[in-house]
Amino acid sequence: MAELNTGDGGGKGKKVRSKKSNPGVDLTAMVDLAFLLITFFMLTTSLSKPQAMPLPMPDKDKPEQPKDNTKIPEDRMMTILIGQDNKILWYMGQFETPRIPPTEASFGKNGIRKDLLKNVQLGKQVAANEGKPDQGLIVNIKASDAASYKNLVDILDEMAITKPQLFALGDITPGEIDLLEKTGLLTPVAK
Amino acid sequence: MAKVKISKKSTRIDMTAMCDVAFLLLSFFIMTATAKQPEPKPVDAPASTIEEKLPEEGVATITVGDKQVFFTIPADAQIRRKTLERISAKYGVKFTEQEYKTFEGIQGFGVPVTKLKGLMALSTNDRNQPGVQEGIPFDSVKNQLGDWVKFAREANREILDAKVAAGEEGVVLKDLDIAIKGDAKEDYTTVKRVIEILQEQDKNRFYLVTGLRNEDF
Repeated sequence: MAELNTGDGGGKGKKVRSKKSNPGVDLTAMVDLAFLLITFFMLTTSLSKPQAMPLPMPDKDKPEQPKDNTKIPEDRMMTILIGQDNKILWYMGQFETPRIPPTEASFGKNGIRKDLLKNVQLGKQVAANEGKPDQGLIVNIKASDAASYKNLVDILDEMAITKPQLFALGDITPGEIDLLEKTGLLTPVAK
Repeated sequence: MAKVKISKKSTRIDMTAMCDVAFLLLSFFIMTATAKQPEPKPVDAPASTIEEKLPEEGVATITVGDKQVFFTIPADAQIRRKTLERISAKYGVKFTEQEYKTFEGIQGFGVPVTKLKGLMALSTNDRNQPGVQEGIPFDSVKNQLGDWVKFAREANREILDAKVAAGEEGVVLKDLDIAIKGDAKEDYTTVKRVIEILQEQDKNRFYLVTGLRNEDF
């Protein structure tokens, strides 16, 4: 019969001894693979679930309803205007008489975040001086038509990080559009 | 000095049990994983740091991308059927029993009501080809999206009411949750219009679907 000899000393008249093979199989590679797949499935099942950002909006103004005449404390009101190319312009107070004049900022940790954190502190101080320690900064977000949806989510995200007392999405006014166009944050649309 | 003898132990461990556990877990995760439903409009949602999860059931999703709007009614045959019944009544389009059945299986859609029948005639695969669906009209003149949202909310309410009337326990009477899933590059104007539509029907609380932000933001 055909014989397969491996090793050198096979043919020297020694007793043919059946080799005692180890009954255990090396499972290392198999376990590695199994854990790799587990990791993959665990991450894809929990991470692929979409995140959601709850967004409460104010009631739409209805003409028959009486206007709410609560005065907005302008000392701690911040308005954020979003222009084109991910650029932001913000000011404190009213548009005609801003407490802090319009300032340009960018998105992200070193941009609007710093300004926001500063203003949140300021708002808290002002509110404390007014005798309302539970209140703080009020942010009004106004995006121009050149803004993208990502800008909106980014700025809402900043709100979630810096936590002002209140924030709302507002409609941009023609005056504010003019301002954005003057500062070069918005290309004028030919009318 | 006496030599310290280090007893030579085998470095191998028995991995059988470990292997068993690993494969048990693996089978568990594979079986619990749900296959991704095909979407007519795949969009790239912007990232956020908020770690709140979208509720798994009972959320109607409005997908916005390329200035087109798609609507997904929650995967509940009853809600879908009752919504379509209302649409059928309002727009005067009659649907057959077969078409109702098809509609119950449609994940998301984006066609004007007049083209709904044509969409139902296609196979699932053809339906989700890019360019087949043109989006639901949502301007102020032909605000079909508003009707879909309204009718889905009404249908949801009717089903919950019926459950309460039948004396079922543990039924929470709540309004249908709406989520907006917009593409990151989408213009703000389109999303603003969708938000306006929701506000018009006093749906002031909704979700924005976002992805997970991975970098140090």
